[in-house]
Amino acid sequence: MAEPGLRTDGTWVGASVPRREDPRLLTGRGRFVDDITLPRMLHAAFVRSTEAHARVLSVDLSQVREVPGVVAAFDAADLALGDITALLDRPTEEFTPTSMPVLARDKVRYAGEPLAVVLATDPYAAEDGVEAALVELDPLDPVVTEAAALAAAGPPVHDEAPGNVLVDVSLFATEGIDDVFDTAHTVVGVEARTGRQNALPLETRGVVAEWDDRAGQLVVRTCTQVPHQVRTVLARCAGLDEGRVRVVVPDMGGGFGQKCVVGREEIAAAAAATRLRRPVKWIEDRREALTASFLAREQHYTARAAFTAEGEILALESDVVCDMGAYSCYPFTAGIEPLMASAEMPGVYRVPAYRVRGRAVTTNKAPTAPYRGVSRPQYVMVMERLMERAARELGLDPLDVRRRNLITEFPYRGVNAITYDPGSYRESLDLCEQVLREEGWLGRTLDDGRVLGVGYSCFSERTGYGSGAFAARKMQVVPGFDLSQITMDLDGTVTVTTGTLSHGQSHETTFAQIVADRLGLPYDKVTIVQGDTDRITYGWGSFASRSVTVGGSAAAAAALKLGDQLRALAAHLGEVDLDSTALDGRGGVRAGDRTFTYPELADVAYLRAHLLPKDVGPGLTATASFDVGGDGTFSNATHGCVVALDPGTGGVEILRYVCVEDCGVAIHPRVVEGQARGGIAQGIAGALFEQVVYDEAGQPLAPSFMEYKVPTAAEIPDVRIEHLETPCAFTADGAKGAGEGGTIGAPAAVLNAVNDALRHTGVELDSTPVARSTIFQALREVPA
Amino acid sequence: MTDVALVELTVNGERHDLVIPPRRTLADVLRHDLGLTGTHVGCEHGICGACTVLVDGAPARACLIFAVQVENSAIRTVESLSGPDGELSDLQSCFAEHHGLQCGFCTPGFLMLAEGHLAESPDATREEIREVVASNLCRCTGYQTIVDAVEDCAGRRRAALRARLDGVSA
Repeated sequence: MAEPGLRTDGTWVGASVPRREDPRLLTGRGRFVDDITLPRMLHAAFVRSTEAHARVLSVDLSQVREVPGVVAAFDAADLALGDITALLDRPTEEFTPTSMPVLARDKVRYAGEPLAVVLATDPYAAEDGVEAALVELDPLDPVVTEAAALAAAGPPVHDEAPGNVLVDVSLFATEGIDDVFDTAHTVVGVEARTGRQNALPLETRGVVAEWDDRAGQLVVRTCTQVPHQVRTVLARCAGLDEGRVRVVVPDMGGGFGQKCVVGREEIAAAAAATRLRRPVKWIEDRREALTASFLAREQHYTARAAFTAEGEILALESDVVCDMGAYSCYPFTAGIEPLMASAEMPGVYRVPAYRVRGRAVTTNKAPTAPYRGVSRPQYVMVMERLMERAARELGLDPLDVRRRNLITEFPYRGVNAITYDPGSYRESLDLCEQVLREEGWLGRTLDDGRVLGVGYSCFSERTGYGSGAFAARKMQVVPGFDLSQITMDLDGTVTVTTGTLSHGQSHETTFAQIVADRLGLPYDKVTIVQGDTDRITYGWGSFASRSVTVGGSAAAAAALKLGDQLRALAAHLGEVDLDSTALDGRGGVRAGDRTFTYPELADVAYLRAHLLPKDVGPGLTATASFDVGGDGTFSNATHGCVVALDPGTGGVEILRYVCVEDCGVAIHPRVVEGQARGGIAQGIAGALFEQVVYDEAGQPLAPSFMEYKVPTAAEIPDVRIEHLETPCAFTADGAKGAGEGGTIGAPAAVLNAVNDALRHTGVELDSTPVARSTIFQALREVPA
Repeated sequence: MTDVALVELTVNGERHDLVIPPRRTLADVLRHDLGLTGTHVGCEHGICGACTVLVDGAPARACLIFAVQVENSAIRTVESLSGPDGELSDLQSCFAEHHGLQCGFCTPGFLMLAEGHLAESPDATREEIREVVASNLCRCTGYQTIVDAVEDCAGRRRAALRARLDGVSA
């Protein structure tokens, strides 16, 4: 009988096999960080700033320590930890270094910034303790908006950056670009703002830390996407050797980028655990997650593009200002958003001339981290608005304008000095339009008073950035490679480590499929080990759609190396040449006319080492690494969105959503579809609903789900997904990344659909979120 | 705040005697006093629904209930769904088959929400199921496959019931 889910050609890759994560998660037997309880464990809660910008006059914790259940309370001076500092290798005119203290010292820079940590026997008592803290703050004028930051009229957020600018780069500036704009047939402009968002993993951040005297280690269980980076920063802040810190990641309830930077609370909790020699747990509550965690996405674009009369783009110019909040995040720095936008904005179009200025400004708001898509949802939206606007000005079909400009010859060397590997840019657009036409959406009208609108977005996304690509951003800490170690046990099963880290993406399943195919094993005979700095030599974690492209390729390479070892052993035992051996695809090695099963070979490798060749040591283990050379690989997609807009209320309902995606070879098609659907839901959230709003004093106005509207099944439509497959030439199995695309394409498609529904009114909206009230107000202002 | 109450709770058919502060939520009691960590806490203000359990058969937010309030009720958590050997229930199997979960953090809440709703409305249409699924938040799936899973389970249960009735009449 065939294995369940095995493809007819006998391979696992490409089959939607049952997920190995599911049974424990469905039965309530997963282990998330808050599920961990240790003997004598204390609970941490943080005293936080009530002001957005203030000098700290005093932090008095004496009454805190009197609260029943409170065991200790520490401020910055008590813990005396080093700061968290992330750097770029850029000149001072392009980058201003700043640091983030673990606990604020002389100054607070956003409402919600941690000032002290309270440790108590239960979380309720810890909260009681927080209430008893006496903090004296001397308020300063807060810098709340991008405009205020750039005006730099009041006290700066950081003294090191008197102009409140942390990153300022001007790039490319193709020679003669001004002449192109001056002489072009048509120049169109877009000014767009995108709202501040919370990546919002449903599991908030959290940590359980303990000093383990037997291991001589600080053991930190925390839900992070980057365990090795947490180890490094924690070791530095606490003055410990790296080997004295072990970071272990339990089951993790989503991350979406918010957990791919190093936070301060986990370091403070770990320091308290070390000091008190008792385990300490901190679980962020939702109010903290919404106001004092890492946010993203607040950007301002001023862009223009030059076109011929036929709709061919001649030049693109953009000024991007990203409001990065109070601090630079580790390891990416405040450059994460402006550098991504600047480097990649031309996207899927043949743009011959390009000039961009990208800035990161610092404000008195909670800091930012990369969030799924990182700038790409924004610049794709701006590019797609430019295409639509050009089509309107020129009286052309907006899809024809796109077709005229889409990259169709690969590899393509862009004006942004990036080489794009093959994709299906044109094909995905054609198929997306065809699907919507066949379903009868094009040219359709509604008879309920609402207006139908159809919008598209075309984009590609670089996935699997190698160290070369990150080095081009001039990060001082350069992620890129990944490393896998594979070990075969006596019974012929294998265990594979990976430096990537699943938090919903199904790596226990998909990585097992990749390895199973290399060794001819059933996928349930492959165990994946992830998220433990003591078991994994080094890893960069999971972000930037890198896991399957980089981590999967490293796991595949390690499996192939192990296969070579098995063949060498079989050749020796069978007394044949290496060339006469081959893995038989069924868990054994053919050597001439004999076959050795894996358990037979493992038996020799471990239990009868005297039979091994003289130059071969005992055991069966191999290590391999993988780094993406060159500019990485690009996934691509076209999204099509159909909305019904009610002119009476400004309400928008999404009637249909179609995604034609190409992530190369899908290891597990159902997982890829899940990534696309979930990503699209987050993109729709940013387009229509979610925004972190502050008042003029810098107080967050959306501290609960009553104010921060996360869309539900009532707002998120069913999504039809069509797959195209342009395999990557250099990753294992030809896979490309699939984690972010949905989120990248959705805001543009939704916004274009809304504008299509408004086409007869003269109203054009370029900023998100497009709330019902925004549309209602815009329509009211239309002259009758 | 040092006051404690003696509370008798019936969870998944098992009786527990607890000495707890009256302000302790049902979610915290289930998770930290009884060790039933399948019930998750996502917002502590009744919106996300990750902590959904059944109280006398009806879905309820365990983060909004004090344990002292439900002394005389039957409480069911996600741990009650599967068989004693860990065998998945029909509803759990449908979630796995339709990829109705990714990170799995919201999943116990959706399972208990669906379990309660299908018991009350076995004939629920896809639109009704979508409306019920809209009670809780999921950040990973985009909801479609959760609706698919619940709808499939409802259909299977109806088919099984019909088969039983046909067997009786034959």
